[in-house]
Amino acid sequence: MATELNSAADQKVTGKEPVIEIGHLKKAFGDNVVLSDFNLKIYEGENVVVMGKSGIGKTILIKCIIGLVKPDGGLLKVFGKDISKLNHQELDDMRTRIGFVFQSSALYDSMTVRQNLEFPLRRHRRKKITGTLDELVREALHNVGLENTIDLMPSELSGGMRKRIGIARSLILKPELVLYDEPTTGLDPITSEEITRLIMDLQQKYKTTAIIITHDTVMAREAANRIVFLWKGIAYKEGTYDELIHDQDSEIKHFFTR
Amino acid sequence: MTTTRKSDTIFSKAFDEFLSEIAELASFAARFFREGIKPPYEFKEVLNQCYEIGIKSFILVSITAFILGLVLVMQSRPTMVEFGAGSFLPAMSSISIVREIGPLVTALICAGKIGSGISAELGSMKVTEQIDAMEVSGTNPFKYLVATRILATTLMIPVLTVYADCISLIGAFTGSNIKDDVNLTFYINRVFEALHYTDIAPAFIKTFFFGFIIGLVGCTKGYNSKKGTEGVGKAANVSVVVAMVGVIIIDMVVTQITSMLGYL
Repeated sequence: MATELNSAADQKVTGKEPVIEIGHLKKAFGDNVVLSDFNLKIYEGENVVVMGKSGIGKTILIKCIIGLVKPDGGLLKVFGKDISKLNHQELDDMRTRIGFVFQSSALYDSMTVRQNLEFPLRRHRRKKITGTLDELVREALHNVGLENTIDLMPSELSGGMRKRIGIARSLILKPELVLYDEPTTGLDPITSEEITRLIMDLQQKYKTTAIIITHDTVMAREAANRIVFLWKGIAYKEGTYDELIHDQDSEIKHFFTR
Repeated sequence: MTTTRKSDTIFSKAFDEFLSEIAELASFAARFFREGIKPPYEFKEVLNQCYEIGIKSFILVSITAFILGLVLVMQSRPTMVEFGAGSFLPAMSSISIVREIGPLVTALICAGKIGSGISAELGSMKVTEQIDAMEVSGTNPFKYLVATRILATTLMIPVLTVYADCISLIGAFTGSNIKDDVNLTFYINRVFEALHYTDIAPAFIKTFFFGFIIGLVGCTKGYNSKKGTEGVGKAANVSVVVAMVGVIIIDMVVTQITSMLGYL
């Protein structure tokens, strides 16, 4: 089923090299099979939302893409390069082209907001970005509307502010691909809407490709060009928000009408 | 018979846990020597950790060392005076402090303060995905977080021990002056007359091993802590116990070796 779905997607976006190409991806933790035969192609400029029940393997999928989790089998190409064949330096170089927004924001507790934003700039020394550290940090904070938090510690920020700073940090290297892990989880509806709008605005500004993991159907409706429904380790269904919301499959119906 | 079987099972389970503890530490130590000492080096972070681990422990070490020196003399004085050996108090206190009390007490205090701190910090970083965030930011978290901390404890525990020895000797001098009137020059002369190279060298060398085991245990427990805040608390707790036992075992081994070499 997944292969057929990808063929359909290929037909929609013909003539372009996929930014991400996933074929028959497998990952299990002991007896718990998370990804059994996952297939997906994502093209430049697309916003693909991955939905599914909690604990079904959505986060594992994007952690495989960025090389934090090693798949057990299958093909995983990012920017045309097979992740499993990259050495440490090549993987680091590739990661400069990818932004990762963690579910928990993952801000470094012992560093100020400025130091948090400077960290990727200082560590990815090989990436050429114009501007001084200070200019880049201020630009990133301006993008998320939090210029006044530059010298605060993460513990002094609210949940929504931490999410915004997390987004700013993931975009500071001007990545071509951004992976969002449940960016609106734990936020009130108004803040969730603000985060969704912010993600859309930054998407427009930097022309990035994105995978967004979310349970938030409002966000999926606003942000997705395509929604992939992950179930039983495969890309069970794929389509636009309108297509999936009218789908008669019991699993999909149950998820969208809950 | 049932009781025997039950105790056998408990013993066997405890023995298995002990062995897996050793294996976990050995594999982490092997990774430290394999990855941690290869370039690029994180000099700035090592210095930062030396400050965090070493300098910030000076006050605690000062208070404890001073009181220990003071109490040692006050407790020993009546017996030594009774045997007419009151004039040996500076020699006795200096040898006790430099050979054993200074290094051991400093290491045990640091195992509690530093070991649990490292473990809790790394554990909470793991739970909140900060370690993953570091990895995607082009940093090897093992080198940046673990190797730097192990190196810092290995370098700073000897420094803290030398400092603790000095403060403890001041405490001992103060203790001597509570009931007697001891001249400072006389006290210093008697201290240095009593101390020999063979007292100082083994005691100083063993502190590097103390520092290494404190850093290793703290980092292993924190970095390998299971997800969740309960796991972080447990990791911090276990790291203190394991580091303290490790320090005492190393102390025993070094004492045995020193004795076999004829220095005791």
